[in-house]
Amino acid sequence: MPDSTPPEARPEARPDTAPDTVIDIPTDARPVPFRGGGFRPRRHPFLAPLVLLILLGLWQLGSSSGFISPIAMPAPKDVLIAFRDLITTGTLWTNLSISLYRLLTGWLLGAALGITVGLMIGLFSQARSAALPIVSALFPVPKIALLPLFIIWFGIGEGSKVATILFGTFFPTVISTYAGVDAVDRGLIRMGQSFGLKWTSIVRKIIIPGAMPGILSGFRISFSIAIVLLVAAEMIGAQHGIGAYILMAGAIFNLGELFAGVIILSAIGLVGSWLIGKAEKRLLDWRA
Amino acid sequence: MRIILDRISHSYADTEVLRDVSFDLRAGEIVSIIGPSGCGKSTLLRMIGGLEQPTAGRVLISGAAPEGSLNPLTYIFQDFALLPWRTVQGNVSLVLEDHGIRGAAAREVIADVLARTKLSDFRHAWPRQLSGGMKQRVAIARALAVRPAVMLMDEPLSALDSQTRELLMDDLVELWTRTPFSAAYVTHNLAEAVRLGHRIVVLSRRPGRIREVVAIDMPLAERPARMAELATLQRGLWEMMRDEAAAADRELTHA
Repeated sequence: MPDSTPPEARPEARPDTAPDTVIDIPTDARPVPFRGGGFRPRRHPFLAPLVLLILLGLWQLGSSSGFISPIAMPAPKDVLIAFRDLITTGTLWTNLSISLYRLLTGWLLGAALGITVGLMIGLFSQARSAALPIVSALFPVPKIALLPLFIIWFGIGEGSKVATILFGTFFPTVISTYAGVDAVDRGLIRMGQSFGLKWTSIVRKIIIPGAMPGILSGFRISFSIAIVLLVAAEMIGAQHGIGAYILMAGAIFNLGELFAGVIILSAIGLVGSWLIGKAEKRLLDWRA
Repeated sequence: MRIILDRISHSYADTEVLRDVSFDLRAGEIVSIIGPSGCGKSTLLRMIGGLEQPTAGRVLISGAAPEGSLNPLTYIFQDFALLPWRTVQGNVSLVLEDHGIRGAAAREVIADVLARTKLSDFRHAWPRQLSGGMKQRVAIARALAVRPAVMLMDEPLSALDSQTRELLMDDLVELWTRTPFSAAYVTHNLAEAVRLGHRIVVLSRRPGRIREVVAIDMPLAERPARMAELATLQRGLWEMMRDEAAAADRELTHA
């Protein structure tokens, strides 16, 4: 508590003498050794670019000296050439646009359906009893195993690839959404009821915002699953797209192109998680 | 408006928590409910507010709610129950929105209740930024916004440190003195019970039965100055409860 009592109110304080602040320090007095601190990540903003530059430098050095065989690893120059070709021939855009189309349609549809079904499971015990066993049974199936089935159902075109990604992202979203609903503090729901809030208001103003942290962290997981499925689907049956591009590059031993494709995938993943991070900042600004 | 509890009994599965409890809450009166832990005090409060139904007995309302009361039976919770994703004024506005009070009308109510709870400067703050005492003030402001006829307070000061508790007790007395409200005040803190209660209902150990109803005939505003008399009362209550509290403490939980 801040010491706000005036000195004359304190029983032992005398107004004419200052409190005894001079104390006798023995000669053998030494500071208590410090043993706290640490275990707290600090920011070192220049370290990551530095490490990247060093790795690039070592890579260039190894390739130009012949230490790294061009059959195992392309020179950085080859990757740059591959990127230049991608841009000048326009194939970057053809491959990237078709991949992004598949990724975003599949992921957005899967997430939207997943949130809907997850909310139903979270809110209605009938939906939970009916749907949860099916969700649990289908969730562990690697969705890429269903691609042949989806090709039969939706044809060899976009439908089968989008469906694979959709199914792959649907189940984790369902699970993170209903788990998020389950995690909402029941005390807050009772509070809403005690103030006579309508059922729809309780869902809209208490349950959905309360489940939002879980839903958004589910997005992170489902987005990385979506990229995996995109590449897998494109490697199995596609003419265009980043996955097909990488597969083709490998078939003709063009390691520069292969690396360029992998770098593009990494960039897609980074941009995606950056956007989800932005959304978290916006939607969860009430958290610390 | 008067609330009557008529022979309330309640059991969870095979545990009997309340047996034959009857008392009433009169207009403008604060009734403290005390008893050893697990005696069903909070269950009783949930029943008064219609959040739970007793196995036997009835909770009755007699007389009309005062005009303009949006939510006659209004709770104040021990853990505050503020929405962390709404600011102070957003939390107050939450309980107005469903009554169609928006815009200027809502702003007026919010400004009024925040001024009464000394929160005007904090209307844009997030709950996480507030101390426990401030959070409970927000919850009190939210309760005042719906003009309750009866406040149902479930250990409202138990999550706070003792100095904050003193401050909030003074605030509650001030609010009551300005516009008397009726309240059921559940607490395990005897000092709070004698400071705020016009009557004190003492419950026994589980299954909770009424051991005694003690009336304190001393105006709330005078009580801080007459602490010595209150201390005697408080000691009397403690003598009454002591053995039961000790026995309740030694019980195994059935959870």
